[in-house]
Amino acid sequence: MGLFGRKRGRAKPRDLVSQTTLDNAFNRRTFVIGAGMGGIGTILAARMAYIGIAENERWVLESESNRVNLSLIPPRRGWILDRNGAPLASNRADFRVDVIPDRMDDAAQTLGQLADLLDLSQNAVADILKKIDDARGFQPIEVATGLDYDQFAAISVRLPDLPGVVPQRGFSRYYPTGATVGHLIGYVGPASAEEYEERPDPILITPGYKIGKDALESQFEDELQGEPGARRVEVTASGRIVRDLETREDKQGAPVRLTIDGPLQDYAARRIGLESGSCVVMDVENGDILCMSSMPSFDPNSFSAGIGRVEYSMLRDDERVPLRNKVLKGLYPPGSTVKPMHCMAFLDAGVKPEEAIMCNGGRRVGNRFFNCWSNHGRVDMAKAIYQSCDSYFYHFAQQVGFEKVAEWAHKMGLGEEFDLPVISQFYGTVPDPEWKRRKYDSEWQPYDTVNSSIGQGYYLTNPLQLAVMAARLATGDKVVPRLRMDKPVREFEHFNFTPEEIAYVRQAMSDTVNGPGTAGRARLPFEDIKMAGKTGTAQVVSLSISDGKTGPWKYRDHGLFVFFAPFDKPKYAGAVVIEHGGGSGAAYPIARDVMTFMFDPAKGMEALRPLEEQWGGTAQERLDAKYRAYAQAAGEVVEPVPQRTEQIFDQVEAEARLAQRQSEAMAAQTQGSRGEGSRPPSTSREVQQRGNGE
Amino acid sequence: MSGIVPAPVARQPWMMLFPLFGLIGFGALILTSAAAGDFDQYAKGHLLRFAILFAMAVVISRFNKPTVQMLTYPGYIGVLLLLMAVEAMGQVQGGSQRWLEAGPIRIQPSELMKPAAVLALAHYYGGLPVGMVPNFRALIPAGAIILLPIAFVLLQPDLGTSLAIAFGGFVVMFLAGLPLRWFLVAGAAGLALLPVAFFVGLQEYQQKRVLTFLDPENDPLGDGYQITQSKIAIGSGGLFGKGFNEGSQSHLNYLPEPHTDFVFATMAEEWGFAGGLFILFCFGLILFWGLKVASNAADRFSKLLAAGMTATIFFYIAINLLMVMGFAPVVGIPLPFISHGGSSMMTNMICIGVLMMVHRWNRKAPKTGLIAS
Repeated sequence: MGLFGRKRGRAKPRDLVSQTTLDNAFNRRTFVIGAGMGGIGTILAARMAYIGIAENERWVLESESNRVNLSLIPPRRGWILDRNGAPLASNRADFRVDVIPDRMDDAAQTLGQLADLLDLSQNAVADILKKIDDARGFQPIEVATGLDYDQFAAISVRLPDLPGVVPQRGFSRYYPTGATVGHLIGYVGPASAEEYEERPDPILITPGYKIGKDALESQFEDELQGEPGARRVEVTASGRIVRDLETREDKQGAPVRLTIDGPLQDYAARRIGLESGSCVVMDVENGDILCMSSMPSFDPNSFSAGIGRVEYSMLRDDERVPLRNKVLKGLYPPGSTVKPMHCMAFLDAGVKPEEAIMCNGGRRVGNRFFNCWSNHGRVDMAKAIYQSCDSYFYHFAQQVGFEKVAEWAHKMGLGEEFDLPVISQFYGTVPDPEWKRRKYDSEWQPYDTVNSSIGQGYYLTNPLQLAVMAARLATGDKVVPRLRMDKPVREFEHFNFTPEEIAYVRQAMSDTVNGPGTAGRARLPFEDIKMAGKTGTAQVVSLSISDGKTGPWKYRDHGLFVFFAPFDKPKYAGAVVIEHGGGSGAAYPIARDVMTFMFDPAKGMEALRPLEEQWGGTAQERLDAKYRAYAQAAGEVVEPVPQRTEQIFDQVEAEARLAQRQSEAMAAQTQGSRGEGSRPPSTSREVQQRGNGE
Repeated sequence: MSGIVPAPVARQPWMMLFPLFGLIGFGALILTSAAAGDFDQYAKGHLLRFAILFAMAVVISRFNKPTVQMLTYPGYIGVLLLLMAVEAMGQVQGGSQRWLEAGPIRIQPSELMKPAAVLALAHYYGGLPVGMVPNFRALIPAGAIILLPIAFVLLQPDLGTSLAIAFGGFVVMFLAGLPLRWFLVAGAAGLALLPVAFFVGLQEYQQKRVLTFLDPENDPLGDGYQITQSKIAIGSGGLFGKGFNEGSQSHLNYLPEPHTDFVFATMAEEWGFAGGLFILFCFGLILFWGLKVASNAADRFSKLLAAGMTATIFFYIAINLLMVMGFAPVVGIPLPFISHGGSSMMTNMICIGVLMMVHRWNRKAPKTGLIAS
């Protein structure tokens, strides 16, 4: 377009400029300008057509997502019921406040305002700030639940000044019996970032939505979950709601009914009292687990509402490990409680009940002499059970071989895992030659038989297994435990014992309690109902460290008791294990009272009330009091809670496994002490002496 | 012309007036919707203002050429003084100020400067001896006429208006027949200086706007928000829009400035591509008429004046629409005849008035005596 300019004659261009050339230039250039305008107009029209027609769908979608705010309504969780339909876990309507870090401008400042409105402690604020730092931005962080209406209203009216704060009316999980069902039921909590990544469902990051985090809450998650509701509202750019478009109600999760007897569960937990231990009671006819209490415990309500650092610190520092479910993850040498079961093994191997030995305060096995805890004179099977004579078991275990005994231990449920809806169960050890070879690559020795015959050495069981064993002993049936009410009851396989043999062992176990046995104080306060049982004591450290009865709590012996009642027509069976109780004397009074409550709740409560007065209130009251004391003592210097509550329980489980290994190492140590020539007594037998000498 | 339409009616520039009235009426509808269906809030004022300013345009169109030429320089200098006064007052009072207040009327001298600068420049080149046009010395006064107001407006700071003045000046000088290579050299120099201008000349918020324009998705909730929301509004309108008063983007406040800068997005959401085409078509007719008036003008002054005024209106339209559709940074330039707001309507109506005036001169003294227009 060199025509427009005067390129020619650079030296004297003005010669060539005239009115006409300028007019021509004007016309041409006007055309160019006009073409430019038209071009821009065309571009604009094309652009508009592109955005409005070609890309229409995308922008309509964006416009809708601007206009419509879809908020999910967290579904109400299904209830967890006991066998009679009473709630063990329910929902409570409440007001709550969450924050969404992504939408906050100044987290510290907003939280400061909230703290003023809600009266939050400094610790709580620090906890929440830490959670905000750790969380992905879109995850809601719980600030407080259970607000009263005034607090809720106070926050709601200040919302424009509190970006990222979400007050909500909703439901929170509620466990009416608190700590007594902590281990059994578990707790709920908001989904973690990992869980959201795995299943990026927006409901997971909806404020107020919680998923089961442990035990049954987690196991039955799919059923309990329910279906979220949704509310579509039209909102302005500033988030003001213009109108409701549509609301879909949430669908509450299905209830899950357990075989647990709520009151019994509660009673057993309370009766354990200051001790650290567990109590399992089963219905032998159908395998229903009526109670699975593990104490001390934690309050699942606290965990579900986001546990504070003081409370967590208190639970973590407690040497009685309140976070460990001792029913499933506490492993203890069963001690003498396995003796009746070993007798069944002997019977199966052809030993006659009348066959007797002379207990001369011990027994020579091979070239070594192993002590009994007392000199019982002539001992037949019955006496061996109710007097807990060790010599008898040394002798006959040696005679039938421990493989035979171990086979029966497995049949009776020891070392077994049960098909139960629990996250994990430690199944312990029933030692036998093959196992020892595999595990330690060494041969089974006669003293291994000796140790194992009285439930020591490598033997490890959990309280649930002991309860199952008691149930199977009582009935001669292979009773299978069951925790869900709607799971069909299977016909139990019957062991090949004659009714006479079963009755014989029952009688012997009844004599332990009601006769000349080791647990006279376990007698039930009823004329017509008699309880049968077997005591046991498990040594924790070698005798050189502690005598097991006194001294530091951690060194005291575990006390065990397995039982069933009524002894002649068994209906209930169970086990009580008290950690470091100093012997079975700590265990069987609890079993007695629990069974008393089972048959006559009023009488059971009568027995409990004075005890609780002495202890300072119910389990929950004591936990609360302890918390207050701890909080006061700890003041501000407590470590924060791990970000994910799962970590807490992973750690507890790891520690439980460690504890199991330690006790195995102990069993190896016992050998060492026995290796000191042929000199009796071996430590493990001494434990028995003390344990059964009550 | 047939005899049915009386001559005084027939000689009005209907080619421009129909689209103009159409735009104003359509604008009133859009503004009603932008006020959530409230006619009184924006639309009423819009129509009222148009009525007054249209009367003013008619008055302007009655001026004769000698009078205009006589008043050109004093008028230009007057506006320049006002501009300086605004700057001085801003300095005294602190902060930037863009208008002077005289009773109920708020005068924004930078707006008046757009037609004034075009007028002065057209007058200058109209009177310049033909041989002097390609002369470099002749460029100096012209440069002063353009650069002085730009400098003062930039001080305010008001980038949009200074660009408008520069564009008007450029068009007049381009059409005046200045050598093309001057523009090429100036363009190259401008390109080279662009980074310098960006980092030195622009305020931080202006820099940010430019950056946001280049990459709006980078900051969807901050500065890119406006452009993105505008695109959502236009895009969701589709072919025929969501219907009058049904635009959610504008009614729920997602769209920023739905009645001024982003009025086109407000319109597009409710009237769709069809509404957009209507507006573009109307503007096209007006601008085409403007250029036709320019080429039909008898003398260079009238030609340059008409073309310059057309260019000024065009600049408003182009920048606003480019911005709204995400092709230009967000600069506060409203859409002529549709946006709510007095100053820009005044400028544009002055331009329309001047065009009508040139149109009248053309009729009285056609370029060629033989062909009556």
